[in-house]
Amino acid sequence: MVAFENRPNPGRTETVQSVIRSAEEIRLDFPILARQVHGKPLVYLDSGASSQKPHAVIETMTEYYHMYNANVHRGVYEISEEATARMEKARVKVARFINARHSKQVIFTRNTSESINLVAYSWGGANIHAGDLIIATEIEHHSNLVPWQLLAQRTGARLEFIPVDDDGMLRMDVYAQLLEQKPKLVAFTQVSNVLGTITPAKEIIAQAHAAGALTLVDAAQSVPHIPVDVQGLDADFLCFSSHKMLGPTGIGVLYGKRDLLEAMPPFMGGGDMIRTVHLRESTWNDLPWKFEAGTPAIAEAIGLGAAIDYLNELGMQNIAQHEREITAYALEQLQTIPGLTIYGPPLEQRGGVISFTLGDIHPHDLASILDQEAGVAIRAGHHCAQPLMERYGLAATARATFYIYTTPSDIDALVQGLHKAIEIFGF
Amino acid sequence: MSMDYYREYILDHYRNPRNYGTLENPNAHAEDSNPLCGDQLAIDLLVEGGRVAEVRFKGRGCAISQASASMLSEMIEGKTVDEVVQLGKDDVLDALGISISPARTKCAFLSLRVLHRSLALAGLEKPGDHDEADDE
Repeated sequence: MVAFENRPNPGRTETVQSVIRSAEEIRLDFPILARQVHGKPLVYLDSGASSQKPHAVIETMTEYYHMYNANVHRGVYEISEEATARMEKARVKVARFINARHSKQVIFTRNTSESINLVAYSWGGANIHAGDLIIATEIEHHSNLVPWQLLAQRTGARLEFIPVDDDGMLRMDVYAQLLEQKPKLVAFTQVSNVLGTITPAKEIIAQAHAAGALTLVDAAQSVPHIPVDVQGLDADFLCFSSHKMLGPTGIGVLYGKRDLLEAMPPFMGGGDMIRTVHLRESTWNDLPWKFEAGTPAIAEAIGLGAAIDYLNELGMQNIAQHEREITAYALEQLQTIPGLTIYGPPLEQRGGVISFTLGDIHPHDLASILDQEAGVAIRAGHHCAQPLMERYGLAATARATFYIYTTPSDIDALVQGLHKAIEIFGF
Repeated sequence: MSMDYYREYILDHYRNPRNYGTLENPNAHAEDSNPLCGDQLAIDLLVEGGRVAEVRFKGRGCAISQASASMLSEMIEGKTVDEVVQLGKDDVLDALGISISPARTKCAFLSLRVLHRSLALAGLEKPGDHDEADDE
């Protein structure tokens, strides 16, 4: 398996030769990966749901509470200024990580869902009217589907969907036809949380712009795993969550183009988002705080900053390369299991996500057996993507997802556990 | 109790469900699904003279949800409505003979919930008593 350089070095591509840190070594930074479940070492294959956290992130958050816990943007005393500076530094780290032009374009939210809802309420409320068209895709997570359904219900807008083919690839020919109806917005995921499909984001955005539509990218499954450049993509809005990228829960990001964010009305009202308040009217604070009502998740923002430092040290290209190799190994090993069906695209178009079924064993039974017999944690169910499940005629699938700390021996444990399931269910 | 979900008798109920199917003229019926994993279950009852004369269930889902439905159907056949109304989660757990992790309780108790709902819809039981999610 590929290993990692321990310094950011964006200029070079021959990473494998300068191997310094292997996934086995990286695991040591994650205290939870040393624990046991049911008397067996934990094999964590559910990073697509939430990643584990390295010491560096946990300690950075603890340090905030130990040393400079105070509210931000208010106090004129030492520790409040320190907290404010650290939180705003985290915002700059996020901006650089996704290559945003300015940190003002990074709005802290609770998670990807809240980021999308913010756009649906604020931008959508001001710009979407009866009869307007919003395009999404069949592979969306509920969080990039339900907010648009609600917006359509409020405004009388229409929804159309880019379908997927049997391999889980978007039907770009149908997309081209839908664009002829002059949509206002195209909302799509960059990496499917179920099939692992990496969508042609740059192409989707360019075509949307050519048709006069704006775009929203659900990057919850891409930003943690592959280099994402918002300017390179020319994305109008892009949303992701900290907890899937080594950071804490409770904080997410909305990136938006500056002129769009400037023109949008506030989402929630409260402290910190105002400039002046009178009893009957108020004026709004500058970006990004206009969209951050109330005391923010301070420790979490700083923790996200530490997670980004950690990812940068490994290098996102190296992370993507490692996941490609571990996914290739997993696909190869899983295909040796009789009765196992894998869903989704070939390796070249796939992130570190493998959804599968095994014979007629219900995925929840599979997940329970893997947990009890092999200490393997996988996801089972509809993965918050019920329309996609319907598309494939499935009630549920089992899903294994990989990250920087996933090793070939994790895959081997999964395969052994699946053989055990076959033994128990006997087919 | 063991954490070993997949004991032979549970798998036997899963593979060879008792009372599987539907009734032509049920006088109590309900169905529900478990949104978490998509387990589906429908129960038909024929209540005669205050007793469950016949029971059928139909569904699809994990071994735990379907085996517990099969066991429950055996448990209630021939019982008086008063007895069936009293059935609770402990009775299902006793029949399964395993302890259920919190994430799987919705699977294990789906059939119990549908059973009580069918009695409630038929006016044989006060609605809501068995329909609430656990707080624990």
